[in-house]
Amino acid sequence: MTDASNAAPLREKKSLLVVDARTKKRNAAEARFKMYGIIAITLGLLFLAVLLTTIISRGTGAFTQTFISVPVELREDKLDKKGNRNLEDIKKVSTFGYNPLLGDALSAVIAEGGFTTEITKSKELRKLLSSSAVGQMRAYVIENTDQIGQTVTFDFFASSRVDGYIKGRVTREDLARDKNLSAEHLDLVDQMIEAGVVRKKFNPSFIFGADASESRPEQAGLGVSMLGSLFMMLVVLFLALPIGVAASIYLEEFAPKNRLTDLIEVNISNLAAVPSIVFGILGLAFFIQFCGGYLGIAAMKASAPLVGGLVLTLMTLPTIIISTRAALKAVPPSIRDAALGVGASKMQTVFHHVLPLAAPGILTGTIIGLAQALGETAPLLLIGMVGYIASNYPDSVLSGFTDPNSAMPAQIFEWAKRADPAFYERAWGGIIILLVFLMTMNIIAILLRRRFERRW
Amino acid sequence: MSFLKLTASAVAIAAVSAPAFARDNVQVAGSSTVLPYASIVAEAFGENFDFPTPVVESGGSSAGLKRFCEGVGANTVDVANASRAIREKEIKACADNGVTDIMEVRIGYDGIVFASDIDGATFEFTPADWFNALSPKVLVDGAIIDNPNQTWADVNPAFPAQQIAAFIPGTKHGTREVFEEKVLAVGCETTGALKAMEAAGMSEDDAEDACIKVRTDGLSTDIDGDYTETLARIDANKDGIGVFGLAFYENNTDKLQVATMSGVTPTTESISTGEYPVSRPLFFYVKKAHIGVIPGLKEYAEFFVSDEVAGPDGPLAEYGLVSDPELALTQEAIANEQTIASGS
Repeated sequence: MTDASNAAPLREKKSLLVVDARTKKRNAAEARFKMYGIIAITLGLLFLAVLLTTIISRGTGAFTQTFISVPVELREDKLDKKGNRNLEDIKKVSTFGYNPLLGDALSAVIAEGGFTTEITKSKELRKLLSSSAVGQMRAYVIENTDQIGQTVTFDFFASSRVDGYIKGRVTREDLARDKNLSAEHLDLVDQMIEAGVVRKKFNPSFIFGADASESRPEQAGLGVSMLGSLFMMLVVLFLALPIGVAASIYLEEFAPKNRLTDLIEVNISNLAAVPSIVFGILGLAFFIQFCGGYLGIAAMKASAPLVGGLVLTLMTLPTIIISTRAALKAVPPSIRDAALGVGASKMQTVFHHVLPLAAPGILTGTIIGLAQALGETAPLLLIGMVGYIASNYPDSVLSGFTDPNSAMPAQIFEWAKRADPAFYERAWGGIIILLVFLMTMNIIAILLRRRFERRW
Repeated sequence: MSFLKLTASAVAIAAVSAPAFARDNVQVAGSSTVLPYASIVAEAFGENFDFPTPVVESGGSSAGLKRFCEGVGANTVDVANASRAIREKEIKACADNGVTDIMEVRIGYDGIVFASDIDGATFEFTPADWFNALSPKVLVDGAIIDNPNQTWADVNPAFPAQQIAAFIPGTKHGTREVFEEKVLAVGCETTGALKAMEAAGMSEDDAEDACIKVRTDGLSTDIDGDYTETLARIDANKDGIGVFGLAFYENNTDKLQVATMSGVTPTTESISTGEYPVSRPLFFYVKKAHIGVIPGLKEYAEFFVSDEVAGPDGPLAEYGLVSDPELALTQEAIANEQTIASGS
């Protein structure tokens, strides 16, 4: 104190309007701090921009696909030798039996369009088309046996190399040592584009279709694994929401404050930080090996969305419990006191007053928990949801839970691993779809919060 | 509490669904090398038959065979894919769990190739080059010494002075075994290192083990992931040389160039004739007890090795599988449901 009074007369007398060195220093520090902040935000935005542009520039190609329209004569002597239109006999002709028809049809297209090419062999010509073409023809013939003998125009997928050429991914130099396609094929494709036989158009089967094998990336779609994700999310929603809300209501409103509840509380927070792969191992050991194997519950098997959903439920529960408890805590005690004061029971207080007021917060937490679960991949790898799995649509709602299926992120992971570079493009495309889902869910969460949140 | 409820609801859901052996699709697990072939077959199978498309999981030969040997029933897989033959130990483990009748099906051969960046130098390897490049101990002037080779020119004056950077499959891969057996061990013998080690007092087994060791000073990297990772490593390090499956290389000829081995370029033809030395058979194993119970299982096995699919002009050969000249014998074995002798 005495120091201060002694120091006072030493102080220089100056106008407030003249900035002295110390103030300058403080002002500069503030300006620097603001700059750091702006730099941080700009960097963040820059990374986001780079990420989004990369994803969009690499992924949008997956949504369009090259198609070649070919009129095919469905010759009776090949497809129905007996001529009696017996479905069993027609089914005996395997997809390999359709190959000659396709080769002839392509030769006819070339002859009709007046294209010049060195390629004459049926097998070489068929390289322009996806190997799914014969399957598409066979499925059509089995559906429409009356069309045998007619000429039907099909829109076939072009093979992944032709598609890559049209999208600019494949060049003639790339094909020098490629045995799947040659530069002559591309010369033919150029003529076909001019004649309008080859077209690139929007490909809905990328969004709604099933996964395809490694030899036909052009046919692969995300639809079935999307269903797998949907069924998993249903399991998570119907298990994690009630359990999570019940647990938090009990902990927040009814449980006595003692060591045991403290311990539980700490452990819930710990669980929220457990890496998701741990839940995957747990799912494998408990749900599949113990419940499915030892107890013999048939539905608990590897690759089933039910098991995936249960694993993700365990992962999501802590998130939901924590956000629900926060929402319950945010309801002011005066509401509870008022309800109790007019004679409501504790349970009536909670369910009539506290819970409705906390609902927006709970919903937001749940949606964010679900979004997190939707993007989770690691635990699914351990319970066998990766591979060539998402190949069948489930027959019914029930089998949707138990039939082997993949999930969107697991499917993307699978595509990124495959040999043909065309799958890489589909992986980026899949990421776009996944991001759209996640963004929609987060926007719904924000809207709900904006619309229903009450400030006290 | 949550756990109790979880289990209770899981049991409730399970009770609604059908009992054991209600599965109507074939389930396959195992080698990631066989996965592309199995998925091609599964897809064509789904197109051509009224059965649903089989499900093919990957995860490695050992993991697949382990699941295969877990027992008999709808909860276990019907078919295990493997990039190597089943081991005695695994047959025993199977038998202990009641899986006694196992059918072995050889689908064809897979070539293992050495490839480097397309814009880099071209290589013509021999097994001896790889042994001298990767082994921790090599034979120089009659003495076994720590490997002094840092560049490929050190290994063989015909090569460019390019840093040795090898990306080889990790030990959990079946491919690694083939690499050790057909490249390192052969190189060890031809360079005379094996003889020298034995002369230095090593037992035959120890010397053979020492032959397939790989140096750990960072010039060789084990890749535990799949070939996409190896490709990414070579993309990042243009000096890198990686070990790939033939099919993977053939799908990425725009980024990779393949090296010859002992003067032979790997192609499906040179592998099927046995000229190209580094190849291995691929297998799948079928649980006989599931035939007739899981619909479509036998048809799937028959379809897999039919001439149209696994033959030299079939879709598998087109993808990169080297078709088996003895396919007819395999087809017959499946028709007769011939099993491998158990516990022998």
